[in-house]
Amino acid sequence: MARQSTYTPAYALRTVGAWAVALLLFFPLGWLLLTAFKTELQAIAIPPELFFTPTLENFHEVQERSDYLHYAWNSVVTSVVSTVLGLAIAAPAAYAMAFFKGKRDKDILMWMLSTKMMPAVGALVPIYVLAQKSHLLDTQLALIIVFTLSNLPIMVWMLYSAFKEIPNEILEAARMDGATLWQEATKVLLPLSLGGFASTGLLCLVLSWNEAFWSLNLSSAQAGTLATLIASYSSPEGLFWAKLSAASLMAIAPIVIFGWFSQKQLVQGLTFGAVK
Amino acid sequence: MNRLLPRLLLTPAVATLFLWMIVPLVMTIYFSVIRYNLMQPDQTGFIGLENFEYFVTDPSFGTAVMNTLLLLGSVILITVVFGIAIALLINEPFAGRGLVRVLLISPFFVMPTVNALMWKNMMMNPIYGVLAQVWAFFGATPVDWLTDHPLFSIIVMVSWQWLPFATLIFMTSLQSMNREQLEAARMDGATYWQQLRYLYIPHLGRSVAVVVMIELIFLLSVFAEIYTTTGGGPGDASTNVAFLIFKQALLNFDAGVASAGALFAVLLANIAAIFLIRMVGKNLDK
Repeated sequence: MARQSTYTPAYALRTVGAWAVALLLFFPLGWLLLTAFKTELQAIAIPPELFFTPTLENFHEVQERSDYLHYAWNSVVTSVVSTVLGLAIAAPAAYAMAFFKGKRDKDILMWMLSTKMMPAVGALVPIYVLAQKSHLLDTQLALIIVFTLSNLPIMVWMLYSAFKEIPNEILEAARMDGATLWQEATKVLLPLSLGGFASTGLLCLVLSWNEAFWSLNLSSAQAGTLATLIASYSSPEGLFWAKLSAASLMAIAPIVIFGWFSQKQLVQGLTFGAVK
Repeated sequence: MNRLLPRLLLTPAVATLFLWMIVPLVMTIYFSVIRYNLMQPDQTGFIGLENFEYFVTDPSFGTAVMNTLLLLGSVILITVVFGIAIALLINEPFAGRGLVRVLLISPFFVMPTVNALMWKNMMMNPIYGVLAQVWAFFGATPVDWLTDHPLFSIIVMVSWQWLPFATLIFMTSLQSMNREQLEAARMDGATYWQQLRYLYIPHLGRSVAVVVMIELIFLLSVFAEIYTTTGGGPGDASTNVAFLIFKQALLNFDAGVASAGALFAVLLANIAAIFLIRMVGKNLDK
């Protein structure tokens, strides 16, 4: 059945409707993008100026005023390291539950997810005290540990559902052929579940990059991430909209662009394999 | 060997998560029954359930619980309903579908702090904001969103962030529908509403469960949006439980009361978890 329905009124209507919805939802971001290239005066002009000569001045000022690159580096380090660390801890656990079925697997999975249900703020005071006592306040290490642990349940879940897709027979065959556990993992399991690893890693990267609660409370100038930098613009001085927009754009651009390229993997993983 | 290995592999994840759960929990329980105000370090000692009493009788408490539930309910409802609508709209091919998908998914990747500041300043500002301009264009009086409708404003921001997520999952689910069955229904003259009622909606059941589950996990602790825009106010109008605890801990420096509040949050999370396990268990077991 080929699509004989192309170029019908329904098709035209759907095209217009879909574009209208997409542009409407994207509008705030598009507006942010425009404002980032305006002067402060143009940014608050009434009526809003749609045509103007773009300027890069805001970006220079953001970097000079608060050392954007320093915060960006912290974001990169904390999100990448916590993702890699998380994958390293989650993968063996997911493997164990997916291929050596135990009676309590379902309970363990549910328990893990339930640790994620507790609002971070519930653990704020103890974690803050622990970080303070161990002199980890405002260090990258503290954020890495916290990001890893708070993403771990989701990582185990996602990898578990990715591994579940792989028929046990393939792994058994490898074992029969005398593959060691390490060979089995790297030569058979990893290639077959690359998509699952990718989506899990991607999601955790996004979550860590955007994480605000712990970054705001456990870090400041030294280990602060981009979320911390942006929050500092919420004070009245943040009313410089063009600069705020430039800073925001620089904070979200890496991860949004990254997200565009990875949306397919992300969806597959996000649904825990429950939605195909 | 065959029994030891899986346990060995499970240990790192289970042990770290267990510590991550139990250490703060035990400390929180301890803090919650002592006098522990960072501003009055000399006044300590066991005070029983006084912190709990203080937290629960705080006039902000009832509002915060209501706000938490309202926020949770509205965002889930909005994202599920509009998510399904948009997914149905973009399910069939049309010109520029790839680009539309990119535009639609974008808000999901935006940092919550940026999301909040963007809406607060550029969209909802009563003088210069885009919404105010639109209102003025139609001759209406611009609304001071964050002051007059603070909780609603937060709901808008959070929904904007999560709608793409819901849409994507519903879209993925729709793609897997049995095309022959759909064609057959169309041949038999089923109206669009009938197809919706008997084919699309039932098929989406499972993905609705997934969306509700994931959103529940993340929305119980909405923080950045409130912190960067309303600060929970005016009054307590946009304070949720997470923000109330934060206020006690870091703005009032009362770690004791904050800990009592945190235990309440744990209770709330567990109630949600029980509800969740039932729902997910039913839907994912198939």
